[in-house]
Amino acid sequence: MPINGKVSSANSRWMNSDGPDAGIVISSRIRVARNLAGVPFPHLLEPEKSMEVINEIKKALENKEASDLIGNLELTLLNDLSPLERQILVDKHLISPDLLNNFQAKAAAIRDDEAATVMINEEDHLRIQCLLSGLRLKEAWMIVNNIDDGLEKTLDYAFSEKLGYLTSCPTNTGTGLRASVMLHLTGLKIINQLGGVFNAISKLGLTVRGLYGEGTEALGDLFQISNQITLGQSEEEIINNLISITRQILAQEQEARQVLYRERREIVEDRVHRAYGILRCARILTMEETMRMLSDLRLGIGLKIISTVQDKLINELMVKIRPAFLIKTAGQDMSKRKLDTARADLIRKELENGINPAL
Amino acid sequence: MICEKCSQRPATVHVAEIINGQKQETHLCEICAKEIKIHGFGFFPQMNLNKFMAGLLNCEFNDSSSYNQTGTAGKICEKCGVSEEQFANKGLLGCGECYPYFEEKMIPLLRRIQGNTRHVGKFPERMGGRARLVKEIEIAKRQLKEAVGREEFELAAQLRDNIRQLEKTLEEEGEG
Repeated sequence: MPINGKVSSANSRWMNSDGPDAGIVISSRIRVARNLAGVPFPHLLEPEKSMEVINEIKKALENKEASDLIGNLELTLLNDLSPLERQILVDKHLISPDLLNNFQAKAAAIRDDEAATVMINEEDHLRIQCLLSGLRLKEAWMIVNNIDDGLEKTLDYAFSEKLGYLTSCPTNTGTGLRASVMLHLTGLKIINQLGGVFNAISKLGLTVRGLYGEGTEALGDLFQISNQITLGQSEEEIINNLISITRQILAQEQEARQVLYRERREIVEDRVHRAYGILRCARILTMEETMRMLSDLRLGIGLKIISTVQDKLINELMVKIRPAFLIKTAGQDMSKRKLDTARADLIRKELENGINPAL
Repeated sequence: MICEKCSQRPATVHVAEIINGQKQETHLCEICAKEIKIHGFGFFPQMNLNKFMAGLLNCEFNDSSSYNQTGTAGKICEKCGVSEEQFANKGLLGCGECYPYFEEKMIPLLRRIQGNTRHVGKFPERMGGRARLVKEIEIAKRQLKEAVGREEFELAAQLRDNIRQLEKTLEEEGEG
């Protein structure tokens, strides 16, 4: 699919909710940071030199001998996209928000199925990432590892035997690996147990972030949990550690939901149906309210209170309700009030379409 | 310092942006920073984290009593021209060569933020599986020595077997 398709459709494979435990573990992501040996890091590069880096990586991506490992990645200069299109790629989690700073000298190569992206000239020359539905970190690592092996056939990486992969920021030095899971922890939030969970996580070398990574808010009770340490642990250790902790949080969240449903059934049912009602009827919906209501609706799907809407639709809606997609669909810029109205219109329509008559 | 936006609350969030080599600093309170985050660019620049680290590094520089004596102040990476000061301000290194150039400061910094200073993960394939094996043996031998020193003989025996196995693999690879 060419880039046009990727920015005009809100859907991405990771949203299909077909991975293990995808009801709560919305997605798994692996990314590695790599740099070219002998070339200053992106923040020091003049535009001309940045283009040389892009071209060198482009050649490596197109290397026929490595195509089995890399797959089909289509390279796009961020400069060739409109601001809205760039933002939609961020909203879909296909590229990082940081890639939009000084976008003129940056590029992204996105795989046909949108599962993998190679970002060029973000904080490091290369950021290879894979995003999958559910708890599938090992599979994501395999995909990233293969792309890395494929690129390394022709690219010389900045690497030291002692310190590993050398990165712009010392917080990535070593494996350059950041593994993360996006979790929907609404049950733990309702029973006021999130603080304790996050506290424990931070003691285990993991960090909690918002929906769009570092420094972003946790909208809709969605949290990203990732490893903090990249040096002195192997990739497998980092990933296994995150998997085992994710499994524990998952079990606690399931437990919290069951307890809630058992002890406070009417309250939970009311909360879910109230959210569903607002989403189906409201005429003005802010981003925050929508995310809150979608979170309650997702809880309802998880507890089988709601069977007419699927997780996949909720995942897609999280992109469709963001300003960039609403403005692109409308074909014109909109005031905040207009956006809130357009958002409510869209949700009413989508929930109507999403209802499965067989159920 | 008072927040530049509301001029009321103390500024606790400091944002530095470098546009065309011009550094622009903004000092905000948490509430105004949050507002900008929501309505402004929709996310917060990673600079935040880097600032944190720069603080750690600065503290590393200032704490070190040998700072001036060793004459490493203002050391510059010959490859990319980034100075220690620039690194301390921005939290970003200039190139791979900066690591050996600033090693003296990097190692303690890495120990602080990573808790470790030795890579044990993936090696680029072209550096050869052999290089990796040699390193693994080297590490295991060191661990063996330490284990013997602590009189942990059971662990030492395990490590010894492990080293034998690795050496055997290395030999086989050498033949192949």
